[in-house]
Amino acid sequence: MLSRIAESLFWIGRYVERADGTARILDVHLERLNHLPMEEQRSVAQELLAVMGARAQSEDFGLPELLNALAYDKQSATSIAGSLGAARENARRARETVSSGLWESLNTTYYGLNQHRKDVVGTYRFCNWVLERTAMVSGLADTTVSHDESWQFLVLGRSLERADMTARMLSTRDVLSAGMSWVNMLRCAGAYESFLRTRRAAFGDQHAAEFLLLDRLFPRSIVYALRDADECLAKLDPSAQRVGFINDARRIVGQARTFLEFHRTDDLMSELPEHMERVQKAVSQASDAISRKYFNQADELAWVGEVS
Amino acid sequence: MSDLFQDYSVAAERTGAYDEMFTPGQEPRKSYGQVAGALRELSLADVTARADSMARTFLDRGVTFDFAGEERPFPLDIVPRVIPADEWTVLEQGVAQRVRALEAFLNDVYDKMAVVTDGVIPRQLVTTSAHFHRQVHGFEPAGGVRVHISGIDVVRDAAGTFRVLEDNVRVPSGVSYVLENRRAMAKGLPEAFGQQLIRPVEEYPRRLLSALRKTAPSGVDDPTVVVLTPGVFNSAYFEHTLLAGLMGVELVEGRDLICRGNRVYMRTTAGEQRVDVIYKRIDDEFLDPLQFRADSMLGCPGLVNAARAGGVTIANAVGNGVADDKLVYSYVPDLIRYYLSEEPVIANVDTFRLEEKEAREEVLDRLDELVVKPVDGSGGKGLVIGPDASKDELDALRKRVIADPRGWIAQPVLQLSTVPTLSGDKFGPRHVDLRPFAVNDGDDVWVLPGGLTRVALKEGSLIVNSSQGGGSKDTWVLADSPEVPVETLPRQAITVRERVSVWPVESNWRDSQKEQQQ
Repeated sequence: MLSRIAESLFWIGRYVERADGTARILDVHLERLNHLPMEEQRSVAQELLAVMGARAQSEDFGLPELLNALAYDKQSATSIAGSLGAARENARRARETVSSGLWESLNTTYYGLNQHRKDVVGTYRFCNWVLERTAMVSGLADTTVSHDESWQFLVLGRSLERADMTARMLSTRDVLSAGMSWVNMLRCAGAYESFLRTRRAAFGDQHAAEFLLLDRLFPRSIVYALRDADECLAKLDPSAQRVGFINDARRIVGQARTFLEFHRTDDLMSELPEHMERVQKAVSQASDAISRKYFNQADELAWVGEVS
Repeated sequence: MSDLFQDYSVAAERTGAYDEMFTPGQEPRKSYGQVAGALRELSLADVTARADSMARTFLDRGVTFDFAGEERPFPLDIVPRVIPADEWTVLEQGVAQRVRALEAFLNDVYDKMAVVTDGVIPRQLVTTSAHFHRQVHGFEPAGGVRVHISGIDVVRDAAGTFRVLEDNVRVPSGVSYVLENRRAMAKGLPEAFGQQLIRPVEEYPRRLLSALRKTAPSGVDDPTVVVLTPGVFNSAYFEHTLLAGLMGVELVEGRDLICRGNRVYMRTTAGEQRVDVIYKRIDDEFLDPLQFRADSMLGCPGLVNAARAGGVTIANAVGNGVADDKLVYSYVPDLIRYYLSEEPVIANVDTFRLEEKEAREEVLDRLDELVVKPVDGSGGKGLVIGPDASKDELDALRKRVIADPRGWIAQPVLQLSTVPTLSGDKFGPRHVDLRPFAVNDGDDVWVLPGGLTRVALKEGSLIVNSSQGGGSKDTWVLADSPEVPVETLPRQAITVRERVSVWPVESNWRDSQKEQQQ
């Protein structure tokens, strides 16, 4: 398939998942933010923005600015509106490849972005709406697109972004330490009920972090998402290797996943910031490596033509 | 105040009740400052839009109760009921005290009945109670607790004093609405939360689970807890699912359980699994066809024997109903003095015992100005409010009281306190009660800081039951100090934490490439 199309699909996967994760984080943390005194609200809003990977433009950055930056700012790739706009733009470029169902749901979502009130109460509804739309997009992608190479790229993007988003959800613990941070972390990931069912009476930060980081069965856990990504990469490049990997992306993803899976620790909480940083770094490196291998061939291999 | 509160003071004065939000001069009370401020900013359109959205959320989430076979959302009003810290401290003590007294009473009643021997309460009163079950006489339940979960209904009279209206120590329900209301309010009226400390309610399921586990039969290391529901047609089914979900335990029906060798098991895909603690949400009469109603399909035969043998903890214990009999209620202040040697913290509502001849005669004379209630009723069933009743109703009541004086009590009509409640296009005063929930783990009685405030949505109505047109309000208990919930770590603890490094030193292809180039 065309590299250009593959790249579009990869980024549709990433952007839709990013919108979904950002909506989840915003929905949960908005509730907490609202309960804080003005001063603290401002500093927490800035920290939360930093966790999401952006920097506040001015000292005056407070709740309304946070809403704009994470939900409504169409120019920024960090915000929900920006991500969904970018996903739709990518789908438009690959329109002949994606199913009409997938394209239409992305397009409808894009035109629905403006139909919400941008205050706190409206944002709750906006977040819910985004969750519904992204679930619909993923569902249509899974059921109306053949699970061939193009779908693998979409899922690859989605899985990498999911690992990244879960890492950010876990990082929000540092931002809002007041209150029940672990419940919030789990709520962000929609994992609260699943967690409770697996843990019987063992509650707390440590267990919640472990669940989101290492659980092998919960689809939004980092280990699970990285394994998905790994499987996609293996299917995209099935050339059997007896020794080692020549695919950088596979090496990066595989190293991160196996390190987490086989790592043994007594104090997960104190290591958590490092894990999160490493996971985010691994995701961005893997993404780079994938771009180099699959999307950027025009520069390097100008005379070879398309290599699938 | 915006025009939403126009005419409020007039209406409030007409009820003659204590208003929770405003002083008689239409000034918001101190505890309501923030709420009043938030409401002042909103227009009618805002308020209606938010109320609609809250109702829709409830329907979407399935926060319903079953009314005549139909799932209905439990109406949640947008104005919260706020309880200042000092008032709550008193309520908390009073509720815990009552629970301890009732616990002692139940232990005594199903054992030596010292309370009867010492002449505090007549034997006949205990033995004629519909919920006094001889089947559970003479053994202490495993874990030693009988009233694990209780809901003590309190109301505020016209003078602003809290009084206990009734005790619920069988299957108190409504705590799910406390949890859901808070979630809905956090999204529906976010402005009102800001600058004040409202005590969280979300730890309830964990407290409950830990209390249930703590009272498991001895010798069980990792007890399995289940919630026993009568099934999807029960009016509180939503609550059963919510609590089981939030505790992360199985929700079982009677047919999922089997008793063998005085142990209880549930049928699972991995074979039979032992059950140690049953949080029972069905009435005693239906629990065990071997002991109670033989035609019951809801329970599981053998449960009572298993409990007697100490093989399973049933929470709340079977036979608790004798303690919330409304005639026993009138003796609770005496029971508190008898068992705890303390004075009651919260008073009862004055109650006429109709078995006593003078009381009965007085009540029959004043039937049209009193409230008459059946002693074993719940949900407002069978209750007659004298001033609102027709002559025929009163005559029928008179006959029934004379036929069965043990079956009824009478109380003066209380003007329950009011809270502003959205009705049509403005706020009007509506009467409320309050049900705080207490969890007893054997060592300590913990009272959930909050509770279910039920509100009679019809103007002037005093009946707050959901089955009779009642709604609810979120109940906010204010904290007087910046006290934070248990799970909290101080903020600094995280920022000053030393950086730990466990990942192997980075060696990805880029680094190695650079090295090669050098």
